[in-house]
Amino acid sequence: MSKIIEGLKYSESHEWVKVEDGIAVVGVTDFAQQEMGDITYVDMPEVEDEVTAGEEFGALESVKAASDLISPVSGKVVEVNAELDDAPEKVNEDAFENWIIKVEMSDPSELDALMDAEAYKAHIGE
Amino acid sequence: MSETVNPAELQKTCLYDRHMALQAKMSPFAGFMMPIQYDSITVEHNAVRRKVGMFDVSHMGEIFVEGPEAEKFVNWIFTNEIRGFEPGKVLYGMMCYPEGGVVDDLLVYREFAPEHFLLVVNAANIDKDFAWIEEHAKGFDCTVRNESPSWGQIAVQGPEAENTLVGVLGLNEAAGLGFYSFYDTEYQGKRLIVSRTGYTGEDGFELYTSVDGTVDIWDRLLAAGVQPCGLGCRDTLRFEAGLPLYGDELSPEISPVMAGLGMFCKYDKDFIGKEALLAQKGGELVRKLVGIEIEDKAIPRAGYPVETPEGEEVGVVTTGYRSISLDKSVCFALVDKAYAALDTPLSVRIRKKVFPGKVVKKRFYQTNYKK
Repeated sequence: MSKIIEGLKYSESHEWVKVEDGIAVVGVTDFAQQEMGDITYVDMPEVEDEVTAGEEFGALESVKAASDLISPVSGKVVEVNAELDDAPEKVNEDAFENWIIKVEMSDPSELDALMDAEAYKAHIGE
Repeated sequence: MSETVNPAELQKTCLYDRHMALQAKMSPFAGFMMPIQYDSITVEHNAVRRKVGMFDVSHMGEIFVEGPEAEKFVNWIFTNEIRGFEPGKVLYGMMCYPEGGVVDDLLVYREFAPEHFLLVVNAANIDKDFAWIEEHAKGFDCTVRNESPSWGQIAVQGPEAENTLVGVLGLNEAAGLGFYSFYDTEYQGKRLIVSRTGYTGEDGFELYTSVDGTVDIWDRLLAAGVQPCGLGCRDTLRFEAGLPLYGDELSPEISPVMAGLGMFCKYDKDFIGKEALLAQKGGELVRKLVGIEIEDKAIPRAGYPVETPEGEEVGVVTTGYRSISLDKSVCFALVDKAYAALDTPLSVRIRKKVFPGKVVKKRFYQTNYKK
């Protein structure tokens, strides 16, 4: 059973979005980190990079495999979580606390296409 | 390492129920449903490096060759030299196609009875190997038997492996056994082969016995606190120790000479594939397997392109990891031979980015074999 937080938006590819002051904070879900196992590397974009909803913006690497990170929103990256460079395992420790990128959204209406907590819970079959 | 297969066609090892009881993460491998991990790959990997771990390797194949011309026959299909190697010894080598590609890599055991040999082959290749061996045995006075289904096998690996065999299983003779040697004993009335071999870069043993005996040994080791280890860490361990995996670093297209395993091919005898391998050795070789270390935490994976600093693609990654024991991003790669020298700068393209690195020795980890 994985943790799901009410009030966040969720993508089918297991990213979450929290909107703070008009900025989209993006991370991966607890379900995703459990599926991946020990995360050894987080491949992140750079500040000022453009990301597009539905397209890859980086990757999570575990011992065994790499898994693409798919952006739930479009816009410009305004911050990346540099802590994860040295401590990628923080994603395993708390996937909701340890966000990956912050995006200045070009089209906030894209959020409407994402799932709420209840729908995401059904999506992962819990 | 996972495959798309029909679950109904998958075989189970004699320890399948034990893996289910331990809630192992299971995946198809080589036609078997195998445990990938019980705990985390890192925990299991470190247990083998620092203490002791055990692996279900019952999927491996056991093929017996016996008869007046058994030695002559095995020496014809095997790249290494078995003449003059004593009963109770184990030898690593390959079976090659006439073109030099590899049918399989295997261990040959010279048994204590004259002209008796045990060939231990990769699970994925059992049927192919047995067909190959039967076909080439025609014309030699010997018999070949595939006994794979009636044998189980457990690998006990790590610095505490010897103490575990002696202390938990009462296998006192294991203490005096040299590396790549074995002895025969009995377990529950059936033959037990205790072999000081492994696939981890650590000291360790492989125990071959009946399926019932294998389950009993597993239970006793587990009760004694030995960490069960899955195929996940089997791969990270063998990789760090510079050991090839058939399908990745050896294949019908990748010869022992290309893989840098020429020391296991002996050219003062005849064997299938000898001429092709000699020609490769003599300069016809196009690609060579190297180790590459990159200067980043990004992880080179199988299939990623290898480039020169100028951006020319000159090879491909075969296996890569963030090495657990060394905390470095390293890989094996097949590259054009002009770029195979140590310290040659080579980069790996990982998704959209290119990460600079250089050619290093394939044995990334200092192995700790029993002398």
